[in-house]
Amino acid sequence: MAQMQIQPAIEVAHLSKHFGQGSARVNALVDITMTVYPGQVIGLMGPSGSGKTTLLHCIACILEPSSGTITLDGDVVYEQKWLKSDLRRLRLDKIGFIFQYPNLLPFLDGSDNVSIVLDLAGFKPAAARARAGELLDYLEVGSRKHAFPRQLSGGEAQRVAIARALANRPKIILADEPTAPLDSPRARIVMDLLRRIATEQNAAIVVVTHDEMILDRFDHIYQLRDGRLEGEPTGVGLGTAPAEHPLANP
Amino acid sequence: MNLAYRDIKFNLLRFILTNFGLSLLLGVVIVITGVYGGMIDDALRQARAAHADLWIVEAGTNGPFAEASRIPGDTRELVSRVYGVARAGAVTYQTVQTRLNGKSLPLFLVGFEPGRPGGPHKLVAGREIMRSHYEFIVDVSAGLALGEVVSLGTHGHDFTVVGLMRNELTASGDPVGYITLQDAQALQFELSPPAERRQLASGGGVQGNDQINAVIAKVSPNVPLSEVASALTRWKHLTTLSQVQQETLLSKDVIDKSRKQQLLIMVLLIIVSAVIIALIVYTLTMDKVRSIATLKFVGAPDRTIVGLIVQQALSMGIFGYFIGLGLVVAFQPYFPRRLVLDFQSVSMVFFITVGICLAASTLGIRLALKVDPTEALASSG
Repeated sequence: MAQMQIQPAIEVAHLSKHFGQGSARVNALVDITMTVYPGQVIGLMGPSGSGKTTLLHCIACILEPSSGTITLDGDVVYEQKWLKSDLRRLRLDKIGFIFQYPNLLPFLDGSDNVSIVLDLAGFKPAAARARAGELLDYLEVGSRKHAFPRQLSGGEAQRVAIARALANRPKIILADEPTAPLDSPRARIVMDLLRRIATEQNAAIVVVTHDEMILDRFDHIYQLRDGRLEGEPTGVGLGTAPAEHPLANP
Repeated sequence: MNLAYRDIKFNLLRFILTNFGLSLLLGVVIVITGVYGGMIDDALRQARAAHADLWIVEAGTNGPFAEASRIPGDTRELVSRVYGVARAGAVTYQTVQTRLNGKSLPLFLVGFEPGRPGGPHKLVAGREIMRSHYEFIVDVSAGLALGEVVSLGTHGHDFTVVGLMRNELTASGDPVGYITLQDAQALQFELSPPAERRQLASGGGVQGNDQINAVIAKVSPNVPLSEVASALTRWKHLTTLSQVQQETLLSKDVIDKSRKQQLLIMVLLIIVSAVIIALIVYTLTMDKVRSIATLKFVGAPDRTIVGLIVQQALSMGIFGYFIGLGLVVAFQPYFPRRLVLDFQSVSMVFFITVGICLAASTLGIRLALKVDPTEALASSG
């Protein structure tokens, strides 16, 4: 019996990005090829200026590469040029983003900070609120859903931000140093949470990090140096299959 | 989810304080509009109060308001006899100054013939003039009470206030008063005793004072106005002006300079308001750059972001406008000038405010649309 092939959530092939021209040209990314499957948690590591964030921005469709191909959830979105006219809609539908700092909208409470994404996606207000409530409960900050960002602790705010990233059931979650402002125990809690989300929601997660204390939370770790991937990815291999979880992707 | 409403609710105190400042500014715009309307209304009020169809004045003049006009007192009788004239009344107009409670009180006095056109048309207290002499009807803004006695003219005759009117003011805001034609003629044309003695000594004789400034004619409804006007113009010493001509003269010529000044102040205030609103909207947008970047990052379309800015600008302008209007209406009685806030002018200011808000928000929109989503990744809390 033929084994069912799992479709990658992210496929990056021969991706390059340079800034400037002539003698001022800087090669930020050179011939990057990587694949991330649903349920995997991938780490992107490297020294400052190595191109980690540039790669993340290219995958998030906010920075146009110079060449190569990007395929998200089986959909080719970039091949020498953007193939989608509405990249914001693409982000809204397919990608959840977790910032280094929570970046919650200060004038919305915890629940609204999550449901705004659903509201933008066209959900009815009641359905959006219900989904936000579920997610906040899932991330154990349900009791703080009416608190405004300034009333939340750093850890609580980061969980609300994670809930926002998950709100629209994205297939891809990109995180830019999500543990940087946290101490080690909290950083591990956040990584455990991302690990759990990858497993339970079958999402592909790419995390840019400098934090060596959380390396054991990744399935693979890609090392970047001067815009190039260094050697083969390290790690244990393909992530676990999605679990039967009520919040999992349908 | 209405982001503008959420942001306003979250920053309510800032919104209230900003709106209060804006409402004062828009209130000033409304006041100037009211002063402008009041000035035109006051200028036309005397001409309209007479309910004239035709004004008969001295030949070659645009009297009696735009230019001096002096015609013989019996002109009213001549005019009355012309075919088509239903009623006619002789009038005089003059400014006098008296003192009340130690303060000078400028008055615009109308001399009229009781029972004939040209008299006061609506009293708010007291009665019409019943006696031929020394009775006085005046606007309440003069500060005189019924029964109060005030001295007028060079002879110092005492006039008793028998009736009060409201909103009967000149273009410069002075209260209007009505006295009988005989009293007005005496005040206007009689010389003071020393001047009269000097006149007699120089052999000039005693000058008669049976002169008037104009005759107001009411024309029968079944006779064309032009026909009566052309009949009256046959007298070479008279000029006839229709009510429309009189009003045009007053609004276009007599108060033209003041009208333009008011208009200029109004335009300048509107420009200042536009600049201030634009700066407020721009500053509010600057405060939200990170939130806008985050919204763009998570996939919010431009219309959501534009909606946030436009709705905030509009709510600020509309709230500011109504608070400003409320303040002006509340303090209207205390203004030294009469404000005429008719629906048309008040609506005009409203639509100008809305237009300013929309125009001003373009600055904020431009900034917001330029915000790079990656600003959300900037490493500040």
